Amino acid sequence: MTATAEVLPPGFGEPDAEDLRQSELPPVMPIAIATLVLVVAGGIVVAAQYGRPPKLTVPVILLGLAAVLLVVNAVLVFRIKEFARPVFHRVLGWALLAYVVIAGILEYVFIYDHTPARELALFSGMLMLFALDVPLMLSYSVARWQPPDAT
Amino acid sequence: MTDTVTDTAVGTRPGAATDTGLESGGPGASGASEPGVTPPPGTGGHGPPPVPSFNIVPVRALPVVAVILIGLIVAIASNNLWALEFFHVAGGGLWTSLDLFLGLVLGPIMGSLSIPARIEFTTKFMPKMLLIMPTLVAMTLGAGFQLARHLGNLEASYPHHGWVVASYIIVGCMAVIALGLLEPANLAVLFELKKPRPNGARIQRLMKVFIYTAGITGLLQILTILIMTFLASR
Repeated sequence: MTATAEVLPPGFGEPDAEDLRQSELPPVMPIAIATLVLVVAGGIVVAAQYGRPPKLTVPVILLGLAAVLLVVNAVLVFRIKEFARPVFHRVLGWALLAYVVIAGILEYVFIYDHTPARELALFSGMLMLFALDVPLMLSYSVARWQPPDAT
Repeated sequence: MTDTVTDTAVGTRPGAATDTGLESGGPGASGASEPGVTPPPGTGGHGPPPVPSFNIVPVRALPVVAVILIGLIVAIASNNLWALEFFHVAGGGLWTSLDLFLGLVLGPIMGSLSIPARIEFTTKFMPKMLLIMPTLVAMTLGAGFQLARHLGNLEASYPHHGWVVASYIIVGCMAVIALGLLEPANLAVLFELKKPRPNGARIQRLMKVFIYTAGITGLLQILTILIMTFLASR
């Protein structure tokens, strides 16, 4: 896209209240992306050892770090004062539904394939973080641009 | 795929901020998309461009998505080689083509459109992408993992295991880009367009993120296809 703000019609491109509020918001998106990176990296480390006795220390550490980041992020979102919470909660609910279904399909595949118990527990933890982190990203990225009183 | 846009009348709607197209009655129950009929003052060339009425979730396409996901589960459960190949190859081919088309063809075209044309295109296009992309990703990765397991390609003892791990890493990068940048931008654009006065500069920024990340994932998919075709020919 090459068009720039100056070609926008008057009243259609100026910074609004939501733009001005962005600098006050905590770094939710970078933390959420970092959480996702840790989960994906843990999954790759486990999957790369498929078919031989796995070393789970690194994936467990990655999972633990991801869980801490997710909790920190949830607290940060909870503490935002001026925030479109109704919109956030609505998108969060629907996104959770969608990503729980996706994570459920993956969990089904792992159980169906008789994944050993320790790896299955690890994968289940990663899927749980995945199913919470992505909806958090989606709902936050919508609500951050909505007026706080939007419903 | 069809969507639920029931009217092409344009105009922003007073109070439209509450009509997010994601209502509480059920998934995608936003079918109640009243035609936008009340242009705000100033749309006659000086106000914000009119935004066509649209739904964030194309409700009528949900059964299609459900059928595809059920088919994917049946393919995995039955371990049917043809079905797994079909879901993996068809999903991967469509995903790659769509991403490359978006990033390399549609993106530059969109940049040259007028603002109203761009808005009208976005309101018709982005809701569909909200369903198409996750469905293609689920098809490709779900069937691909099971196919590789079925063929023994996942085993650490597989002679080309390093290439398989390389493909994991590329797919991991694509997942992070798609879930962390592309999908949030897609959704944020749709909600912005539902506002009584959408912010054009913000929509442009978010659309840039969407188009560019789609192009990047398309290029990463070419790498994946190179690895997959290499493995398939061994």
